[in-house]
Amino acid sequence: MAKKSLNIVESAYRAIMEEQDDTILWLLAAMQGAGGAHTVVLRGNAVNYAVAGQGAPGLTVGQWTQTQVPKMDRDVVDLIENRKIPVFVIEEDLAERGIAHSELVPGVELLSCKALPALFAQYELVSHW
Amino acid sequence: MTHYLLIESRDPFESNDVSYYYQLTKDLADAGNEVTMFLVQNGVLAARPSTRSAALSALGQSGVKILADDFSLRERGISKLAEGIVPAPIDVIVDYLAAGHKTLWH
Amino acid sequence: MSKKTLTFALMDAPYESANLTTAFRILDAAIRRGHDINVFAYEGASALAFVRQAPHPNPVHGKNVAEENHPTTKEQVAALLAEATRNGGKVDWVNCGMCVDERGVNEFVPGTRRGSPADFQAFTEASDNTLVIPTK
Repeated sequence: MAKKSLNIVESAYRAIMEEQDDTILWLLAAMQGAGGAHTVVLRGNAVNYAVAGQGAPGLTVGQWTQTQVPKMDRDVVDLIENRKIPVFVIEEDLAERGIAHSELVPGVELLSCKALPALFAQYELVSHW
Repeated sequence: MTHYLLIESRDPFESNDVSYYYQLTKDLADAGNEVTMFLVQNGVLAARPSTRSAALSALGQSGVKILADDFSLRERGISKLAEGIVPAPIDVIVDYLAAGHKTLWH
Repeated sequence: MSKKTLTFALMDAPYESANLTTAFRILDAAIRRGHDINVFAYEGASALAFVRQAPHPNPVHGKNVAEENHPTTKEQVAALLAEATRNGGKVDWVNCGMCVDERGVNEFVPGTRRGSPADFQAFTEASDNTLVIPTK
């Protein structure tokens, strides 16, 4: 059985247009496919990934146009529904950013930062991204 | 008992996210874990006695071991450390990893 | 202390972040203690072992190439591998393949190899501990 791995993701919107993915969420999805048992906690600015209805148009440079545009809310839902990776979102960080719970994609689980120590105890490996 | 090593590479002068990490460190200690914070790179800037070092000293008083990377200290000319902070070699990170400490980098 | 297998994930590109100085110090310390190490070089870090890196002079300080002796990460990676051999340890350094492709850095220091997230997953399962050094 794979080691239970908790991944605190705080880096947000770094290179998502260039890579057409959040490279950490992508990595975890790939690792899950390779037999991992991962869970994600979105904290800091990364809580914004759970906001439904986001996504910029593709980049255009001269005659070049991006055709595969990233959408973080779609990728969060994909993690939960298709990869079976639970996704927690830190409540205090949502509140600090004025994000209402009603704005979030379905399936994310709300978590207080005060609950992190108890959550950490459930995982063999805890990583901060 | 679970052991944690929290490596802090950022400083509170440039990043207001450092307060989250200090609080997480305290919360882990309050939950009964043995916790060490290892300051590295600009994280050691908070180790010099200043208006911002009180938060680290308070962490130390709540039972967290606070170490500051000796290389990063020398790189920045920091010789006097705030109360409760001790210089340490980078080898500590390796030894704690080898001993099974849950290790996070911020 | 008994020999352990430690896994590290690196993300920063060469010459861009103090994280790599610290990372190489940690890796060096681990190898000197005789531990086996696995490295998953992801994103910018996939260029750390790129064999076509070249040192340069420093005209601001009036130093030629030899005088400046500018470090290259490819040398540091090679030095880690050599030190591991001397200390009876092993290094399995994997450069994430797609990261390598998009950066065009697909010539590696001998002893490192191309890989994928599946390697990182396998590393974490097989090792005694793992440290992720994220980028900012």
